[in-house]
Amino acid sequence: MISAWLKTALQEVQDYARLCIAVAKACVSRPFYVRDVIEQFDAIGIGSLTVVILTGMFTGAVLALQSGFTLDQFGARTAVGRLVSASMVKELGPVLTALMVTGRVGSGIAAELGSMMVTDQINALRALGTDPIRKLALPRVLAGTIMVPVLTIIANFVGMIGAWFITVWQLRVASSIYWNSVVDGLYMADVWMGLIKPFFLGFAIVSIGCHVGLRASGGTQGVGRATTNAVVAGSVAVLVVDFFITKILFSVLY
Amino acid sequence: MATSTDHPPSRGPATRPGTVATAAGDTDAPVIVFDEVDLAFDEKVILKGLSFTIRQGHTKIFLGASGAGKSTILKLILGLLKPDRGAIWVKGQRIDQMTEAEMMTVRGDLGMVFQEGALFDSLTVRENVGYKLYEETSQPLDEVHARVEEVLGFVGLSEHIDKAPSALSGGQRRRVAIARAMTAKPPILLYDEPTTGLDPITSVTIDAEIIKLRDLEGVSTIMVTHQLRDAFYVAEHTAIREGADIRLVAADDAKVAETEFIMLRDGDIAFEGDVHELRSSTDPYLKSFLS
Repeated sequence: MISAWLKTALQEVQDYARLCIAVAKACVSRPFYVRDVIEQFDAIGIGSLTVVILTGMFTGAVLALQSGFTLDQFGARTAVGRLVSASMVKELGPVLTALMVTGRVGSGIAAELGSMMVTDQINALRALGTDPIRKLALPRVLAGTIMVPVLTIIANFVGMIGAWFITVWQLRVASSIYWNSVVDGLYMADVWMGLIKPFFLGFAIVSIGCHVGLRASGGTQGVGRATTNAVVAGSVAVLVVDFFITKILFSVLY
Repeated sequence: MATSTDHPPSRGPATRPGTVATAAGDTDAPVIVFDEVDLAFDEKVILKGLSFTIRQGHTKIFLGASGAGKSTILKLILGLLKPDRGAIWVKGQRIDQMTEAEMMTVRGDLGMVFQEGALFDSLTVRENVGYKLYEETSQPLDEVHARVEEVLGFVGLSEHIDKAPSALSGGQRRRVAIARAMTAKPPILLYDEPTTGLDPITSVTIDAEIIKLRDLEGVSTIMVTHQLRDAFYVAEHTAIREGADIRLVAADDAKVAETEFIMLRDGDIAFEGDVHELRSSTDPYLKSFLS
């Protein structure tokens, strides 16, 4: 029982590693499907904008609300900006954006590729002389790896706007004090950390979505299973990768 | 363990001495050869020691119950699956040891019509039919458009060119799949249950497309089916061109002999022969299948 589970798990890891290597190889060789890459940048980047803006905005707002009342007890209400900027840029921005993208994009990729798998469309692609990794996985992985950091920057920015709104209108702190505090709370190392992490998170989310989708079997039930697995594995991976990258970056940047 | 031969073995009564399956234009040359092919998924044996030859311009029809390994044979020919043992040759090239990248070239000689069509949902009929030429060649767009319109005209679906596959009926989807498979003019076409789930009238339309491609375009045909009526129709009819018209007529004996049937049972060949031999067989299993 345990050995069977271990065998399946190892097989899964091996197949995932193979997919990552195949994507890396496809990245530096021809043919390269430019149109598909552009389509995926649009689908993953522009398509996730609304959910990321809403998430960022309300996360910043609630962060200001919660921290404002706590800081008030120490007479430090003016330090809200400092707390919001540091939390958003270093941790909440990258992780929440990645979790939102996992829910929207990771599941979508697994469902789309899974459906193609169970209806023989992937085999049809291969029969027509197209490598599904180049045509389907590479554009998605590229778009995910590049657009998640862009979405994170947007989430960070709108998060600070949300926090600004609460700080000025509810906590009655002057706008200039808030923005000065935001800048004071940020160090370059924090900014680098907030920028580097989303590349890894974006890659993890999308590559897991592709891996799970391309392994789907068993009809519509299999597609449903693949979609659930993509969200669960993607969300867990976001938190695990976030922990390890943070640990590495702490030793490198600070 | 694959056999170590460098050339495909010539087998079957019509094989000429010294024939090697490399001559694309050589009439009667073997285009596909299976030599002692074994395949199993875990404990389940799918094919054991399967050997057969398909010749240029001829038709091979695989019959058998569900799960007999019919569709697996097509996937082996396309290199979508690899055998556990034995050798597979496609147009003189041994493919069972090829990598996925090497197989891409071989697949240029093969067109496949999948069960249910396997059309790309996100593309229109035009994009589906012209997929290979649009995506995998540098052919000028005007020429590709013209070829797409030509093949859609051949299968009688010109008016549906800009529709999505979801807007088509089951029969139309199969015909689009046939059009897609023939667009790049492959010399070998593989059909996986092309008429399953279709009404008899639509099935005859699909059969007619298969016959037209075989007889007018010289395509070697491999068809997997358990629809005996369609299998016999394809074996016993031929297409002839009369001016601008194409007519289907009863095939003469020589033409009928170009279509061979293989009945698979438990991963092995239970019967191999032409339509007359199949009809006159006294084997109880065959008789139960034919009744």
